Amino acid sequence: MDWFGLYNYWIVVFLMIAGLYIVIARGNLIKKLVGLNVFQASVFLLYITMGKVEGGTAPIIAEGIEVYSNPLPHVLILTAIVVGVATTALGLALIVRINEEFGTIEEEDLEEQERQT
Amino acid sequence: MILPHLPALQIVVPLLAAPLCVVLRSSRAAYGIAFVASWAAFAIAILLLRAVLDAPGGVISYALGGWAPPWGIEYRVDAVNAYVLLIVSAIGAVVIAYAGPSVAKEVAEPKRYLFYTSYLLCLAGLLGVTITGDAFNVFVLLEISSLSSYILISTGSDRRALTAAYRYLVFGTIGATFYLIGVGLLYQVTGTLNMADLAQRIPPLAANRTVHVAFAFIAVGVAMKAALFPLHIWLPNAYAYAPSVVSAFLASTATKVSIYVLLRIYLTVFGVEFAIGKMGVGYLFLPFALAAMFVGSAVAIFQPDIKRMLAYSSIAQIGYMILGFSIATALGVTAGILHLFNHALMKGSMFLAMGCVFWRTGAVSIDAMHGLGQRMPWTMAAFVGGGLGLIGVPLTAGFISKWYLIMAALERGWWWLAALILLSSLLAIVYVWRVVEVAYFRPAPAGAPTGEAPLLMLLPTWALVLANVYFGIDTRVSVGVAERAAAALMGGGS
Repeated sequence: MDWFGLYNYWIVVFLMIAGLYIVIARGNLIKKLVGLNVFQASVFLLYITMGKVEGGTAPIIAEGIEVYSNPLPHVLILTAIVVGVATTALGLALIVRINEEFGTIEEEDLEEQERQT
Repeated sequence: MILPHLPALQIVVPLLAAPLCVVLRSSRAAYGIAFVASWAAFAIAILLLRAVLDAPGGVISYALGGWAPPWGIEYRVDAVNAYVLLIVSAIGAVVIAYAGPSVAKEVAEPKRYLFYTSYLLCLAGLLGVTITGDAFNVFVLLEISSLSSYILISTGSDRRALTAAYRYLVFGTIGATFYLIGVGLLYQVTGTLNMADLAQRIPPLAANRTVHVAFAFIAVGVAMKAALFPLHIWLPNAYAYAPSVVSAFLASTATKVSIYVLLRIYLTVFGVEFAIGKMGVGYLFLPFALAAMFVGSAVAIFQPDIKRMLAYSSIAQIGYMILGFSIATALGVTAGILHLFNHALMKGSMFLAMGCVFWRTGAVSIDAMHGLGQRMPWTMAAFVGGGLGLIGVPLTAGFISKWYLIMAALERGWWWLAALILLSSLLAIVYVWRVVEVAYFRPAPAGAPTGEAPLLMLLPTWALVLANVYFGIDTRVSVGVAERAAAALMGGGS
């Protein structure tokens, strides 16, 4: 079995775990959002990797092109990227509002203030 | 002429109405548009359900944009999702009728038209998740509904609504991404995203490791969205600090739609034989469902904030729905689907009643309830009506779903499970009684705000309460459709 032939998947798994770890372990709301982005990016890479056909070119119909990559995962992930951008934008907007209301974006301080009110 | 396009209209009407609200920039016009669009969606859902029940084979397939499935996106309506569409759009219509005065009280004027825009987007997303027959499409529409629900929650008047919305955003995104990974892995082995097509290609791959991993990813992702214990942490604060209208709407629809996705993916896409027979998904979910029933109810008893109490009660009720699924027989799935419907009525009416209380008194803590039975008799009567349903008192819809759950448990010979269902219902008595005691048997403090909420808010609340009683007596429609839905799911390959 060729363990390193599919090295893209190793990167996917690493990014996935790293992203999820940042979301859980970091107290700063922006850092959490960065972790979420890394996590999502790993899934984008997963989809793009599975669309790759060895020796294939870009999926453009032209003379002399026989083998080409599967374009469907690319299209799917384009949609997922849009969703990801929207999520990040909304998350950042919420962080701005949280900062205005609480004066902090650290999870621990926020929990402290929430207990008091 | 327009009838063949009902499945598309179901989504298109609220989806197009949403940007219209933004363009007009007037809270009054936005409310009008949201009202018309929500009721139109409700009417379409009723027509669809009737059409599906009469359709040969019980399935309507609609090729979106004329692209034939499995290449194009297919909207596939059968008894299961027609039923869920009806629940979601009915709650959407009732809640929007109620929204006028409540939103005017709780959401600032300049934000109001955006509030209605998000409401319509959320409705469109939830309906879309339910109607689509494409596994990737589910992800996109799930995110449309989730993103708009984060916005809706963050408009709450308490500043903790913001942190609740942020936490929900993080949880919801992780859940949706898990689902996306699962779908990606399925695509990798089968080369298709159409649910009916997937259902044909998965059985020969039952021993494939990738399919098993996809199964697990989807389980965790959807369970997160459905707030199944122990992945429920985002839910209590989100429901407690959101505006009353949003709590009522999301509590009765959002988690229900996630549970529908769970049923659909497992029973239709993976197939009954694989999901229940090989992977033992019933035994997998049973302990979590039981834990949710008891922990949710027990924590609810100690909540000083009544909206938060209702949120914990929702976690317990989600446990009952998953329990029906875990029993893994046609009767069990019937009970689960039936409880989807009945719980939407009960919890919707209770959150709406709390919205009335908030409108009058500006608080929903247990201390604000003193003497409320005399101060707001109609509102509290509605709350008690919903509460009786939660307990499962006969002649309410809640009784019917518990009855079916217990019958399903006994059919499997699991008498201990029937006993546990009854025992957990006792906990519901405790947390509902707490409110009743304070509201009816404690004197009102001097100078407490007294008087009913506006009729525009009371009528929709009572509409749900009366529906709760009606479906507790005449079960032909609710049980009949739930049975057909369960048959469609358990029959496999429909």
